[in-house]
Amino acid sequence: MTTITMPQLGESVSEGTILKWLKQEGDEVAIDESLCEIETEKVNAEMPSPYAGKIEKILVAEGETVKVGVPLIEIAVTGEAPAQKEAPAAEPQAAGQMAEERETFAGDGEKAAAAPAPAVEPKRESVGAAGTVQAWPPGQIRTNGAAGDRAKRYSPAVLRLAEEHKLDLAQIKGSGIGGRVTRKDVVKFVESGAPAQATPAPEAAPAPAEQAAGRVTAPREADELIKLSPTRRTIGERMRQSIVEQPQAWMMVEVDMTQLAKFRQAVKDQFRDREGVDLTFLPFIVKATVQGLKEHPILNSQWTPDGVLVKKDINIGVAVSTDEGLIVPVIKQADGKSIAGLAHEIAELARKARNRKLALDDVTGGTFTVDNTGAFGSIASAPIVNPPQAAILSSELVVKRPIVQDDDSIAVRHMMNMCISFDHRVVDGADIGGFMRTVKERLQAYGPETPLY
Amino acid sequence: MAERSVIEAVRDGMSEMMTADDRIFVLGEDVQEGGVFRATEGFLDKFGPQRVLDTPLAEASIVGVAIGAALNGLRPIAEIQFADFIHPAMDQILSEASRLRYRSVGDWNCPLVIRTPWGGGIHGALYHSQSIESIYAHIPGLKVVTPAFPEDFKGMIKSAIEDPDPVLFLEHKKLYRSIKTEVPDEDYRTPIGPAVVRREGEDVTVFAYGLMLHESLTAAETLAGEGISAEVVDLRSLRPLDKETILNSAKKTGKILVVYEDNLTGGFGAEISAIIAQEAFEYLDAPIVRLAGPDIPTMPYAPPLEHFYMPDAEKISAALRELAAY
Repeated sequence: MTTITMPQLGESVSEGTILKWLKQEGDEVAIDESLCEIETEKVNAEMPSPYAGKIEKILVAEGETVKVGVPLIEIAVTGEAPAQKEAPAAEPQAAGQMAEERETFAGDGEKAAAAPAPAVEPKRESVGAAGTVQAWPPGQIRTNGAAGDRAKRYSPAVLRLAEEHKLDLAQIKGSGIGGRVTRKDVVKFVESGAPAQATPAPEAAPAPAEQAAGRVTAPREADELIKLSPTRRTIGERMRQSIVEQPQAWMMVEVDMTQLAKFRQAVKDQFRDREGVDLTFLPFIVKATVQGLKEHPILNSQWTPDGVLVKKDINIGVAVSTDEGLIVPVIKQADGKSIAGLAHEIAELARKARNRKLALDDVTGGTFTVDNTGAFGSIASAPIVNPPQAAILSSELVVKRPIVQDDDSIAVRHMMNMCISFDHRVVDGADIGGFMRTVKERLQAYGPETPLY
Repeated sequence: MAERSVIEAVRDGMSEMMTADDRIFVLGEDVQEGGVFRATEGFLDKFGPQRVLDTPLAEASIVGVAIGAALNGLRPIAEIQFADFIHPAMDQILSEASRLRYRSVGDWNCPLVIRTPWGGGIHGALYHSQSIESIYAHIPGLKVVTPAFPEDFKGMIKSAIEDPDPVLFLEHKKLYRSIKTEVPDEDYRTPIGPAVVRREGEDVTVFAYGLMLHESLTAAETLAGEGISAEVVDLRSLRPLDKETILNSAKKTGKILVVYEDNLTGGFGAEISAIIAQEAFEYLDAPIVRLAGPDIPTMPYAPPLEHFYMPDAEKISAALRELAAY
């Protein structure tokens, strides 16, 4: 049984009236034979039948007005399949009508955009078969190779995640087409707490960013190609991501560390004897940074599409140099720790880093990074923000310099530069200036009165 | 908040701006009568014949006159009756309006709005269905916007009128009366540029604009019932283009469907695809897929052929199912 509906006789017409049925229930009808006369505000038309068959039921009485798309008649289709012209009803009149298009639209604006319903619901199969142009035939998304291969063809997203989490992809069962491992499969695998693999991600998994980044000159024989370690690759990718995604600005302040230097000198031997770790400037710098973040929480944040996400926990990443490259273990909830506690944690994380014993938890969750570039003898550096964090602070070498004092005398002081690179989308120079002033004032205030515990 | 249709939102936006600033005037074919879609209905009575100018059927002169007026301190809104008729004005738009600022090293600018109804699905056939956005979004110096909701139509027409440079304001004609949603009462602007995520999802992202945005939202709703979570991004502004929102969403799901009503080859979705391929490659989990009109002249008149031409919720759903399964 096939139902024929009220056709749309012109684009601005939303309803039609059956003037007269030319066929009655039980009559046979041939393709293109007229079924009825329809009247609309624009045109009167005879509606030809798109099918051959027997009229089973007439659903709308003569004189009735119905909306476009309302069923008019049911036909038991016999013999041949639907005609090629599937909705011929509106055609002849419509051609003439388009000649007066401007008037049509002008006179009937309010209805102009009424959704048109095809006179007869088109058969998708027949259209697809007839056309050589594509709409959406299934199988549009090409897959390469036999089904068996597909399980081992990994998308860039899957390879990137595998590398980030040091996963062996062979262990993951794919839910995609042909057993493909999808991005979501990997995410689920990681979320299920699957162990990170000791073996590095396969070398055949190049992050293409390096290739894309610039033209590589052809190697000469004497040149040496150092294969990328997973750490090196990750550093490369993260640094590139940082620079590409964040508009970063830079600021430097100088801090008078004289009082702190004297204090440290006075207590450091005793501290090492008692605690077993060295008392460096770093825990003081981290402590002062934490204070700065507490007073300027906007820096303890990250840029997201929905807004600046200000983090409640203050987790300070401390950059550590290892044979493999830079690693940034994280001091969790650093705001709850004393200077001695920070000294212990920094020493422990650095030891783990150098022995490659860091757990995933040790290197994730950082909200701000401190980089002690002074350890390399640097007096000024422009660090790159560790994404998605908003800023990175570097502490430089403490050097003795002649400094003009408030009373215009010149004194030898222990001076240190502190530099900060920051995501200028998140904060402006004024915020950074305020933050740097807090950190500086804290550092300059440290002295004999400062509790280490 | 009041419910307004798309055409009412455009009309209200222009009317409010014209009331506040008498440098603004409209010109175009039959605009005194209200225009074929009634966008300027009542304007003649309200603003008088000096600010509601009927023109001959000569698009090059409509835009040319508007450029001259803009250079002389006025704020013209030129209506091109159908986007299909804009082509005679291409020279004025491409070689003059969009390049004035550059050519005069910033001494001159051209605050011009060209409004025009575009798109198919309304039995408009060859002369009333074309998509022109890719042709014009190709031109540096010209802004091209394609809102989909009444709120944006009103907010963006105001931004377009205030913009110091030419803006091509594309109004999908099938949306004019089929989409009616709440519009804020206060005097607001929708900025030209930012895209917006209309529906959050996890598995696949659909990028669309105009009528296709609504079809995509319908498809996403259907798929939600099948356990597939589709994110839908409304591009709204094609030039300037919000690459950040595009890349963020692309990176989030890694599976991308770009839907556009224009012919497939060289359509604007090709640009979206290229940007994602170039800048989010490592986040992709499936081939970027375009769903667009076939490469035939837009648009066949016969209903089954028009239906075949137009991407719709059903075709979008089919494509998304394949992508989700990939």
